[in-house]
Amino acid sequence: MMKKTVSLMFAALLGCVLAVSAHAQLVVEIDDGNDNPTPVAVVPFEWSGSGVLAEDVSSIISADLRRSGLIAPVPRDDMLSFPKTPEQVSFRDWRMLGTEYVVTGRMQPQANGYLLSFDLVNIFGQRKMFTKQVTGGANQLRDIAHRAADEIFEAITGIRGAFGTQMVYVQETQRGGQPSYALMLSDIDGARARQIRRFSAPVMSPSWSPNGQEVAYVSFETGRPAIFRENLRTGARQQLTNFKGLNSSPTFSPDGSKLAMVLSKDGNPEIYVLDLATGRFTRMTRHFSIDTEPNWMPDGKSLVFTSDRGGKPQIYQLTLATGQVDRLTFDGDYNARPRVSPDGKTLVMVHRSRGVFTIATMDIVSGRMRVLTETRLDESPSIAPNGAMLMYATKRGNKGILAAVSLDAGVKYSLPSQQGNVREPAWSPYFD
Amino acid sequence: MFKSVKTGLGLVCVLAVTAGCSSTDTDDSANQQVVTPPPVVEDTTATETAVPLDNVVYFDFDQSLLKPSTRELLIKHADRMRGAAGTVRLEGHADELGTREYNLALGERRANAVRDFLVLQGVNAANLEVISYGEERPAQEGSSESARAMNRRVVIN
Repeated sequence: MMKKTVSLMFAALLGCVLAVSAHAQLVVEIDDGNDNPTPVAVVPFEWSGSGVLAEDVSSIISADLRRSGLIAPVPRDDMLSFPKTPEQVSFRDWRMLGTEYVVTGRMQPQANGYLLSFDLVNIFGQRKMFTKQVTGGANQLRDIAHRAADEIFEAITGIRGAFGTQMVYVQETQRGGQPSYALMLSDIDGARARQIRRFSAPVMSPSWSPNGQEVAYVSFETGRPAIFRENLRTGARQQLTNFKGLNSSPTFSPDGSKLAMVLSKDGNPEIYVLDLATGRFTRMTRHFSIDTEPNWMPDGKSLVFTSDRGGKPQIYQLTLATGQVDRLTFDGDYNARPRVSPDGKTLVMVHRSRGVFTIATMDIVSGRMRVLTETRLDESPSIAPNGAMLMYATKRGNKGILAAVSLDAGVKYSLPSQQGNVREPAWSPYFD
Repeated sequence: MFKSVKTGLGLVCVLAVTAGCSSTDTDDSANQQVVTPPPVVEDTTATETAVPLDNVVYFDFDQSLLKPSTRELLIKHADRMRGAAGTVRLEGHADELGTREYNLALGERRANAVRDFLVLQGVNAANLEVISYGEERPAQEGSSESARAMNRRVVIN
C-alpha cells in the first residue's frame, strides 16, 4: 500500500493574505468533451466528524475530473451503493454500470483541519490501485479535493493533474459610472476568486514567476504604463520600470532570475531582458518595426516574440547567445502573442483565420498549424503547467469571458464571470 | 464622447460671450453647432483658446498613416501649439481586434505619427508627450465596425 501525505501550507498562506470576494466567482460550463471519456465513480466520502462539512469534497473531485474531458464521472443518482472502503466495492454492480474506476474515501477531523484517505479501485481489473492521504487546514477542503483529483487523474490517464493550480486574470467592472480594474486570483476552476489589487487605471499582462509566489504586470496607475512585480503571499510590491514610452509584456525566465519585457524608450518597441538581481537591462532586438510579446522557451536560451518586421504580425524566435532571429510562423496574416508548451514542442498563439481571431497551436519542428477554438475575438492563451489545456479570453455577446480548450482541441469549457468583463488569464505554475 | 464635445462647445459659447471675443476658427467635428459671433471687443489672449479644435483623429485598421483630413486638423493644432507653453499629451488607442500587447504598440505608433507630424509643423517635441493605452480604454464599447472605427484614434490633450 502506497501512502502519500501532501501539505497545503502554501495555499493556506495565500488564503490568509487575500480576502475572498463572494460576488466575483466564475462558473464552469462544459461545452465539449472527449469522445470516449473513462467512466469513474467518485462515491460520496464518509465523514467521521461532527456537523456537516462546508464543501462536498467528492463532488469537487468529480467536477475536476469532468473538466479534464478525459473522464466521465458517474452521476451520484446512478450509483447502486455508496461503499466507504475498497472492501465494500461490489465489482459486479459497478461493472454492470460500465464504471471503470471507483473512488472511495473517508474524511476525518484532525487538529486545525482534515485528513482525507482515499482509494482508487479498478473495476475491470478487480483490484485496488492505491490508497493515499491528503491533509489540509480548516479552510482547505477545496485544496484537499483538488490534490486528490490530481492523484486520481494521473493514475488513470498518466498525465499529471493541474487541478490544484490557480490563475490570475483581469476583471473590469463599473463603479460609479467609471471603469474599475482588478487583478484577480482564483482557483483554476474559477472558485475562491479574490482580489489581489484594485486599480482606477487599466492593468494588463499578468505573468507568474516560475515558483508561483509572484506576478509581474503592467499598470497605468502612474499615468503611463509601468511594470510592477507583486508578491502574492506578502502583498509586497515593486515598480520595476518607469521609462518613457511603452513598458509592457513582462514574462519571467524559466529560472525566475530574469524578466523579458518590451520598452520603447529607443523610439520604437524593442525586447529587453532585465536581470532581477543586478537591475541591469539588456536590449535584445534592434529593428524599427514593432517587436513585442516575448515569451521564454523552457530551456531559457531563446525567446519567441511577435514582430511586424515582415509587414504583418508574425512570430519569431530570438537566440539569446547569438542574437539570431528566425521567423517561425508563415500561415496566415496575423499570428501573435506566442506561448510555448512546457515540453518546448508546441507554440500557442492568436491566429487570424478568415478575418476571425482564434487560438491556434503550431508544432515548432514541422510548422504545422491547427486552429483550436471557434469562438470570437479569442486572445491571451495561457498553457497549464502539464501542457494538457490552455485558458484564454474570448467574448460572449459584448461580455469578456474566460474559456479553456485542450491542446488537442477535444475538450472545451467556458468560465463566464458573474460580474463585469474578465480577460487575460494567466495559468499558474505548479506550487511544488 | 459626443456629449462631452457638446458640453465643451456650450461652455465655450458662454465664455465667448462673457469675454466678448471673436473668432473665425471653424470646428470640423461632426457636431455642427453654430457659435454666434458676439459684439466686438478685442481681447487677443482669449481668442487663442476660444473655439476648441476637434481633438481626436482616427485611423484605419492596423494602420498609423495620417489621413488627409487629419493632416488639415493637425496643421491647425500646430498653429496653436507653436510658442505655447505646457505639455500636450498624445494618447494613442487601438480597437479590440488583435492582441492587447500588440495593440499597445500600435497605439504608440499612431501617437508617434501625430507627434512627428506636429514636430514637422514646428511644434517643440519637448512639449509633446506620447502615451499609448492600446485597446484598454475604448471610446465606445461594442464590436460594431463603427465602434471600432471610433476606437482607432489619437486623442490630443
